[in-house]
Amino acid sequence: MSRKKIGRPENPLGNTRFSGRAYLYLLPAFLVLAVFVLYPIVMTLRMGFYESYVYLTDVGSGFGLSSFRYVLRDPAFQLAIRNTLIIVLVGVPITIALALGAALFINSLTRGRGVFQTIYFIPYVTSTIAIGLAFRWLFHSDYGYVNYVLSFFGVAPQKWLTDPNLTVVSVTIFTIWNGLAFKIVLFLAGLQKIDPQYYQAARIDGTPPRRVFFRITMPLLSSTFWMVVIVSVIHAFKTYNEVYSMYDGKSAGPGNSAITIVYYIYDMFFNRSQVHYASAAAIIFLLIVLALTALQKWISKRFVHYV
Amino acid sequence: MQRRIGQSIKLILLILGAFLMMFPFIWMLATSLKTLPEATAIPPIMFPETPQFGNYLEALQVAPFGLYLRNSILVAGIATLLTLALTVLAAYAFTIYEFRGKTVMFFLCLATMMIPSELLIIQNFITISKLHWVNTFQGIIIPTLASGFYIYMMREYFMQIPSVLYKAAKVDGCGDFRYLMRIMLPMNKNAIATIGILTFISQWNSFIWPLMVAKDDSHRVMAIGLLHFRDAVSSQVNLQMAGATIVILPMLIFYLVFRKQIIEGVSRGGIKG
Repeated sequence: MSRKKIGRPENPLGNTRFSGRAYLYLLPAFLVLAVFVLYPIVMTLRMGFYESYVYLTDVGSGFGLSSFRYVLRDPAFQLAIRNTLIIVLVGVPITIALALGAALFINSLTRGRGVFQTIYFIPYVTSTIAIGLAFRWLFHSDYGYVNYVLSFFGVAPQKWLTDPNLTVVSVTIFTIWNGLAFKIVLFLAGLQKIDPQYYQAARIDGTPPRRVFFRITMPLLSSTFWMVVIVSVIHAFKTYNEVYSMYDGKSAGPGNSAITIVYYIYDMFFNRSQVHYASAAAIIFLLIVLALTALQKWISKRFVHYV
Repeated sequence: MQRRIGQSIKLILLILGAFLMMFPFIWMLATSLKTLPEATAIPPIMFPETPQFGNYLEALQVAPFGLYLRNSILVAGIATLLTLALTVLAAYAFTIYEFRGKTVMFFLCLATMMIPSELLIIQNFITISKLHWVNTFQGIIIPTLASGFYIYMMREYFMQIPSVLYKAAKVDGCGDFRYLMRIMLPMNKNAIATIGILTFISQWNSFIWPLMVAKDDSHRVMAIGLLHFRDAVSSQVNLQMAGATIVILPMLIFYLVFRKQIIEGVSRGGIKG
């Protein structure tokens, strides 16, 4: 995996073979990329700058920033940004801390690693929509298990799904539960790449565990750690399925209180047919994701190892 | 001694965590076998007195889960095979040929990795409407087929095959396509399996796009069908959970059978996120 040059890759065949046949091999993939990836990007950019747009007739009028102004001033979009930031800034750190802890514990086991790994990974493969149905009932204010368990600790029953202040909390809890699996597996892969000789040396020197963690494990895990952070942040910015499955799809909770950025885009386009507003929101969303991806590239260059 | 205590605490925490991860599934399965009063009891009851297997029969009568299953297998299966075909062909071209625009095209592949697919749904739905592909399988499948990331990943693997093999094959009069089929593919079985598994899982669980495109039962995949089922049975939670269990089961079995390959594949190529 040493060859990572993009520009002009060394040809492993040594001889340079110019051939038009290459295009034949590339045609299917690039046809799909052109029609369903590149074209939509250009079109979405265009639609976002229209002041009004009817997609059935493909007629747009007025070119300017008014759609962006509308979206940025729209209380629903501001709420979507706020909720998404809560999921990113509160949910992601909790998920990463829990995932790192679980991965460290699993990795330190001498037996039963496989069993725990298998169990902790299940949420990754199972449908978020199906589990969301279960979470809907677990959070139910009357007969849900969450309130039932909390009652043992003297906490009064909460309206997790209907109190506008709590809806984003329940969605965040769901995203934490749902996101753990993927992060644990990445952390475990990173931990298993650390040469056991370091730990043997530390044991011979009698290094205390805390020091082993901060002086050996964390530095050697840092590339994995930062990759997981960025991937999780990008993923959290795309939160949508969790919201959709916990509510009925017509709104994101009472007063759209659990709305996220992607939900806003979907709702604007699909339920309200305001294509230019949806596009403007999508462009803002793209800029956020691009900035994060640039950060990811920068980090992966700084910390040489790749996950 | 202290070490042992430390180990035991770790183990207890891990078991507690595993229980929390499993709890929604256990509750889902248990509730799917309850009567409605049991399912909505206050305080909640964990297990039914007698398992109501009839709930599953009733669920199957309300919604055609068999059809949804067929659709899911069809969509995820075909999409996976086609994604692999497109990926392998493009990656192969980037490996063995030199051609005009190679740098630009490869850069485009890498650039698409950064584009969130959620951005594309607006225009893609408009395109699909114009092609009259709404409520068709090609409408669900085709827009998702090309992945710059997988082309890049596949090429990395292809580049590691020594060129001597290619030259030897040429001397023996082996054409490029035959070389791909006879040498490159068998030698990169693992990479292909990784990409195949990742594609299959993400296709199986994909939601927002099939939700927009599918309009009737004969095109709904399992997750989408489940939502319609939920609306049909409204607040009958025991039936809802029977439906949810039916939807989760096939993937769970697939996972338990291939768990090693799946976990390995995700940790190797899952960084796409």
